[in-house]
Amino acid sequence: MAFAIQFVIDVLSLGGAYALMALGLVIIYGILRLVNFAYGELIMVAGYTMFLASGSGLPWIVMAVLAVGMAIVFGILTDYVAFRPVRAKSVTAVLITSFAFSNLLQNAALLFISPRPRNVPLPDIFSQTVSIGGAITPVRNLITIAASILLLAGVAFLMRRTTLGIAMRAAATNFTMARMLGVPANLIISSAFALSGFLAGVVGILWIGRIGTVVPGVGLEPLLVAFIATVIGGMRSLPGAVVGGFLLALIDTTLNYTLSQDLLKFRDAFTFSLVILILLWRPEGLIRGPASGQRT
Amino acid sequence: MKHSYVTALILIGVIAAIAIGSQLLGIRLYDRISTNLLISLVLVVGLQTFMGNSGLLSFAHIGFMGLGAYTSAVLTIPSQMKGMALPDLYGFMKVVEISPLLALFAAGALAAVVAAVISYPLMRLSDAASVITSFALLVVLYTVMNNWSAFTNGPRTLFGLPKTTDMPVAAIVASIVVVVALVFKESRTGKLLRASREDEVAAAALGADIPQLRWRAFILAAFIAGIGGALWGHFITSFAPKAFYLKETFLIITMLVIGGANTVTGAVAGTILITFAYEALRGTEGALNATSFGAGQVVGLTEIVLALAMIAVMIVRPGGLFPNREIGHILTRTRRKKEIVA
Repeated sequence: MAFAIQFVIDVLSLGGAYALMALGLVIIYGILRLVNFAYGELIMVAGYTMFLASGSGLPWIVMAVLAVGMAIVFGILTDYVAFRPVRAKSVTAVLITSFAFSNLLQNAALLFISPRPRNVPLPDIFSQTVSIGGAITPVRNLITIAASILLLAGVAFLMRRTTLGIAMRAAATNFTMARMLGVPANLIISSAFALSGFLAGVVGILWIGRIGTVVPGVGLEPLLVAFIATVIGGMRSLPGAVVGGFLLALIDTTLNYTLSQDLLKFRDAFTFSLVILILLWRPEGLIRGPASGQRT
Repeated sequence: MKHSYVTALILIGVIAAIAIGSQLLGIRLYDRISTNLLISLVLVVGLQTFMGNSGLLSFAHIGFMGLGAYTSAVLTIPSQMKGMALPDLYGFMKVVEISPLLALFAAGALAAVVAAVISYPLMRLSDAASVITSFALLVVLYTVMNNWSAFTNGPRTLFGLPKTTDMPVAAIVASIVVVVALVFKESRTGKLLRASREDEVAAAALGADIPQLRWRAFILAAFIAGIGGALWGHFITSFAPKAFYLKETFLIITMLVIGGANTVTGAVAGTILITFAYEALRGTEGALNATSFGAGQVVGLTEIVLALAMIAVMIVRPGGLFPNREIGHILTRTRRKKEIVA
């Protein structure tokens, strides 16, 4: 029983974080049909903001809000630097500019801060553990579950009930038509980037809370997770991203428990092989999104 | 057709000029830089055969380079050194020791076989999904290289490769690869693939089996990458898996994209340009570090400048320096135009 609870909590907390990561990526992809390679660096930005703010003596929650704010600012900056100037040109051009921007941010952190890991301030609650039905769990896993439920519900509400969300979904379905009906394109794209940055900021705090330190390459793993989750779930569908995130967490956690120590090192390789199998079966991903319209 | 021969001649001429020029100067550093340049050329032109013709961005290329480098290493490290260089190597592999030239082909072949098996299902994907899976593939290849200690000595540096790559070898291989890339581009597969790049639906309607075409190009690219990796391995003689990861990927993609991914000429031009820029920036970084006024080590400056250059090129000239036509094509066209005018 204790094992089952442990397993479920592990899957849910990892899956929640994965789902949020994937969601942040898909929100951009859904509207622009473009992959944001600099997404992982938004998580890095949140981490370094926490590190830089740690000397200020502010209460932790203020620092966290500041970190999320910076992630939003950099999300919008990504739009202005890497996407807007080349949006109307080729898909490859935008992939390359976002890849270049990701490299730019990483190396800027390397140059101006340090290549070595930096400590991030965390409240005590992140390192405490509780016992639920015999299973000993770090409280931060429960926080992650709670935060992801809240945020997923929040995003669902935003997308379904608010004008902004409906406009965003309209733009994702048929961008040209949405523009003709008076949806302001640049505003929608910028808000998508802001939302993506917001999710990245929150995930950043939760994710870095697991490790406790931040390095320039910290964004790579979340980026990869988001990539794989979105490919499994279906690139164009928001529920697909969430499903993909939880499924990936299930696969990862199962492998964590079943593989021997020698094979565990190759976990990523196993996960990816499963992804190939899923793609063989369903090249479009598990959940199909809306029929695609033309980009920009 | 004729302009392809002109292109091949000009590009081989450029390669020869670099090789002979650096030899004549007789400075060791230049010899090193230009050998490095020629090896990069092999890799970048290899990437061009897939990316240029299919129009899909591939991040996995450097992974196949790593595969080639390790294959060649396992096959050529002298058997008396293997006990030290690769302590965990399987018994039957310990006695194997073949000539570096043979190992070069083995490296290419293994990379091609691995690419053929892994990429077959992936070639059905287009756009973002294909880019994402190629990125994931790079990570997987890196994970395997980093952890399969028996063959790669794990994350530690592998040493003891015989130094067999020198300037003439690199120049010859680079010339062959350039010719192969041009031949492939003008072959039936290459032409159909380029048609699919311009318009997937129309090409499919004409009967092009797009996944099959992409698959062939991908295998060719992996083959060339494997050879490039083996060349590099025998040039540098000791390396660790982290040499085959994001930093190198960024560098060769920068070279290809700034030069122009659609043409072999672009690949060559980009490689030359970025190699010189890279060496100059590295020099500046080194000079800044030597003065070291308190701020500590300057790292990452090179990448920042290259990233900015890449973004700028994408904004101003999204196709790169040579977006459509090979150099031979451009020259024959201007000559014909002059004849018409006269």
